[in-house]
Amino acid sequence: MSGSVFLDMTTAIALVLLGIAFAFTLIRLLLGPSLADRILCLDTITLLAAGAIGVFAIRSAIYVYVDIAVAVGLLGFLSTAALARYLLSRSNEEHR
Amino acid sequence: MIAEWTQYLGGALLVVASLFSVLAALGMLRFPDVYMRLHAASKAGALGLGLVFLAIAVVSLDFAVAIRALIGLFFILATAPVSAHLLARAALRSGPRPTEKTSISPRFLDR
Repeated sequence: MSGSVFLDMTTAIALVLLGIAFAFTLIRLLLGPSLADRILCLDTITLLAAGAIGVFAIRSAIYVYVDIAVAVGLLGFLSTAALARYLLSRSNEEHR
Repeated sequence: MIAEWTQYLGGALLVVASLFSVLAALGMLRFPDVYMRLHAASKAGALGLGLVFLAIAVVSLDFAVAIRALIGLFFILATAPVSAHLLARAALRSGPRPTEKTSISPRFLDR
């Protein structure tokens, strides 16, 4: 088995596994009892999307996608931080 | 050849990364508590994306792409604990009480 065939096979496996992970996270997003669960699910979905973009960058050998994956990771961190701040400020208003 | 060797290593890294992602998602689905789910998602999820970046850096054989991928890896490893900490603090202050199985020091529980 040559290296490129091996890489083709492993990227296909990785995309399938990432799809399964997407499905699990989506179930928890629908079930999640509290708002913190849903924020955590959105964070994980962003990480998984960045991972899928990175796997696709290797599969297609178009490495411009690496920049997109880094940007999506940054976006996930910023959105999680903002939503956590929102959750915190909302609970402070309730206690007042 | 060098190219063959990096392709085998990168493919193995990709499979390990996606396995970590599946384990993180399984933990999200199965754990009973927001705080346990945070544990699963913030460790395994960030490690999965970091290993994908490492695989890109190994496979690409291009210095510029490898540097960008390593910057992404450093960025993920730096920001994942910060966002997990922020979310855990917000959840503890506002959200549900932890279950019996979650061990949290009692001095964090009086809000």
